Amino acid sequence: MLDSLPLENISTFGADVDAITAFVWWIIVGWGLAAEAIFIWFLIIYRKKDGVRAAWTPATTLRSTAWVLVPTFIVLLFDLVIEHRSAPIWDTIKDPAQIPQHEVLVRIRARQFAWDFTYAGEDGKLDTADDFTSMSELRVPRNKVVRFQLESLDVIHSFWVPVLRLKQDIVPGRFIPGWFEATTDGEYEIACAEICGASHTQMRALLVVESAEKFAKWAATQVEQNALTLN
Amino acid sequence: MSHTAEESFISKYVFSVDHKVIAKQYMITGLLMAIVGGLLAGVFRTQLAWPDEPVFGLGIMAPHVYNAMVTMHGTIMVFWVAMPVLVAGFGNLLVPLMVGADDMAFPRLNMTSYWVFFLSTIVLIISFFVPGGAAAGGWTSYPPLSNSIEASGVNWGVNLWVLAVALEFVAFLLGGINIITTGINMRVPGMSMWDLPLFVWETVIASIVFLLSVGPLIGGAVMILLDRNFGTGFYDPIQGGDPLLFQHLFWFFGHPEVYVILLPALGILGEVLCANSRKTLYGYKMIVWSVIVAGILSFVVWAHHQFVSGIDPRLAFPFSLMTILISVPFAVHLFAFIATVWRGSIRFNTAMLFACGFVALFLIGGVTGIMNGTAAIDIYIHDTYFVVAHFHYTLVPITFIATFAGIYHWFPKLFGSLMNETLGKIHFLGTFVFLNLTFLPQFNLGMMGHHRRIANPTAFDFLSTSDALFLQELSTIGTYGLLLAQIPFVFNFFSSMFRGEKAERNPWQATTLEWNTESPPGHGNFDAPQKAYRGPYVYSPEGVSVDFLPQFEPPQDGE
Repeated sequence: MLDSLPLENISTFGADVDAITAFVWWIIVGWGLAAEAIFIWFLIIYRKKDGVRAAWTPATTLRSTAWVLVPTFIVLLFDLVIEHRSAPIWDTIKDPAQIPQHEVLVRIRARQFAWDFTYAGEDGKLDTADDFTSMSELRVPRNKVVRFQLESLDVIHSFWVPVLRLKQDIVPGRFIPGWFEATTDGEYEIACAEICGASHTQMRALLVVESAEKFAKWAATQVEQNALTLN
Repeated sequence: MSHTAEESFISKYVFSVDHKVIAKQYMITGLLMAIVGGLLAGVFRTQLAWPDEPVFGLGIMAPHVYNAMVTMHGTIMVFWVAMPVLVAGFGNLLVPLMVGADDMAFPRLNMTSYWVFFLSTIVLIISFFVPGGAAAGGWTSYPPLSNSIEASGVNWGVNLWVLAVALEFVAFLLGGINIITTGINMRVPGMSMWDLPLFVWETVIASIVFLLSVGPLIGGAVMILLDRNFGTGFYDPIQGGDPLLFQHLFWFFGHPEVYVILLPALGILGEVLCANSRKTLYGYKMIVWSVIVAGILSFVVWAHHQFVSGIDPRLAFPFSLMTILISVPFAVHLFAFIATVWRGSIRFNTAMLFACGFVALFLIGGVTGIMNGTAAIDIYIHDTYFVVAHFHYTLVPITFIATFAGIYHWFPKLFGSLMNETLGKIHFLGTFVFLNLTFLPQFNLGMMGHHRRIANPTAFDFLSTSDALFLQELSTIGTYGLLLAQIPFVFNFFSSMFRGEKAERNPWQATTLEWNTESPPGHGNFDAPQKAYRGPYVYSPEGVSVDFLPQFEPPQDGE
């Protein structure tokens, strides 16, 4: 099934997400198929036959319950292994304390039913004169850490960039930080993944990943334009 | 014990205090609502497969209509189908019969419970027709979307939705008190708690879980009403409130609620599997303990619905861990059910087919849940079709497959006759095949990153690939098939009710007390005082010639 996954991954942490997804997927496919096979096998060989009586197996001893408890224990063991692999990946993506040193800082604002992206500009600080805002298009330099801050102006939205393997709800009243580092040039789609009203479907934006030079040039023109509109 | 006094039509069939009539009222109301919920799915699945064409020739579907349909489909299937049919319907029918009681502990409370539920159903139906339409913020109704008229465009729809849900919870609180009291206190002499049929255990625990978890949600719902109508700011950050508060209150109830409907379904499974494989339940005490543990753990897993919601990221680990732990009691159930058919002598009637179908399908729902429970994977699949597929592989088996197993199995105790087996098998085959055709493609869609609750996939390039569109169409065709496959059931249900083969007292040679009544049992249930002589599942015991010893049968020589 994962083979049909058509979406490429373009983030540094996305490979880890894909790896653990595949890891868990094969565990559950293996376990699921084994359990289904055993069950169906029992149904076939223990179907009603003349003269054959069912066995009396109340499983009141620890030894007999082991047939249930041991598989359950193995499932639990697998679960703990999965959790052990999952926790560091989660922390890398989600823990604000582990966000790497960033080169671009951007405020992502969601509202019904649009996105805008405010860049910190030269000084690296938001809410200063050199900030500039891009509507519906998040441009970022390739191979640079982008730190973002999510804000909503109205209801709950969710910042969903499938190619980055990144999703984060945006809750009014909170400023939720996060980060990513894109590795491949191109244009990709950003969607809202939390139902946010009638035109939820249309709440789309573009992620444009380009070389650092191109990005710098674009940023410079944005700053200029911004200065013009301010004057 | 039996009541011989003549009863009027009204007191016998409408405002009845008889638990069996109330059970039928709950079940039939629930099944009628299932038709509404199913047709809603048929309509919005059509929209998803062919998004730019008129739906059934009725015109292009407006996105807010799509949102309302999805919202009401979820609401109806969980609160107006699963709850009334499984907990209230089967609970009412079986708990008193299985413990040998002549009725519920509080019959009038029971009647009140149904009529409050009926009222809630009317309120919910009305909400479709008020200006602005029905609630459209998802079945979870998260604020601020749900509590802002400007943001959602829905006005009275949400007020009525909240009112209907609140009324419904009142109904199930009353019903739950009855189930708990009856199951624990009205057991016949000789029946210890360790002799209770599994269904009674599961339903009593489910009712206790419901009782303890529903309070916070009612509080949360009242705060939505106050925010909407009186401008309070419980969920408004500008007024010092917090939208996440509702999510916590909702899921503190919402996740236990999954178990509230799962447990009675597992109870039905236990009864049907044992009777038809002629086997005692494999590890009865182990299963009962696992139910109790599940009931307790169900209160500490809720935030796994909120991994990406903006809660403190450090909470992901403990809730992920608890989620893993709660899979243990259900793994015990499934493995024990598989061990129960082991070395059996399996009779494949329709009820048994549905029970086996449940195990096969629920396994898929169970293992895919591990994906969602893994926080790192959830970042990608949260709010995608993967989650939709996963919870339909749990909730459809619970709400429908177990219900069908139960209806075919206990039809004699409902209406005194047997259902037609040929139609039943057609029903099973169609349901099983089309259910998989509907939901298997959705796992793939989720892996493609297809997010839920969007009315038109072609708004996105990555969802407009021929693969993605084909999978959507496949799923929709599956939905049509699934709906059509229910026609034999509806026909079978009514024709068997009126013209079905008369059932004897114990057509399945089962062991629990309900099979010691007439089919159907009269008012007062049993024609003589009952006594329990042994545990609930003495099938194929050693040393006796018969292959079952019912709880109601006095001890045999050599036993």
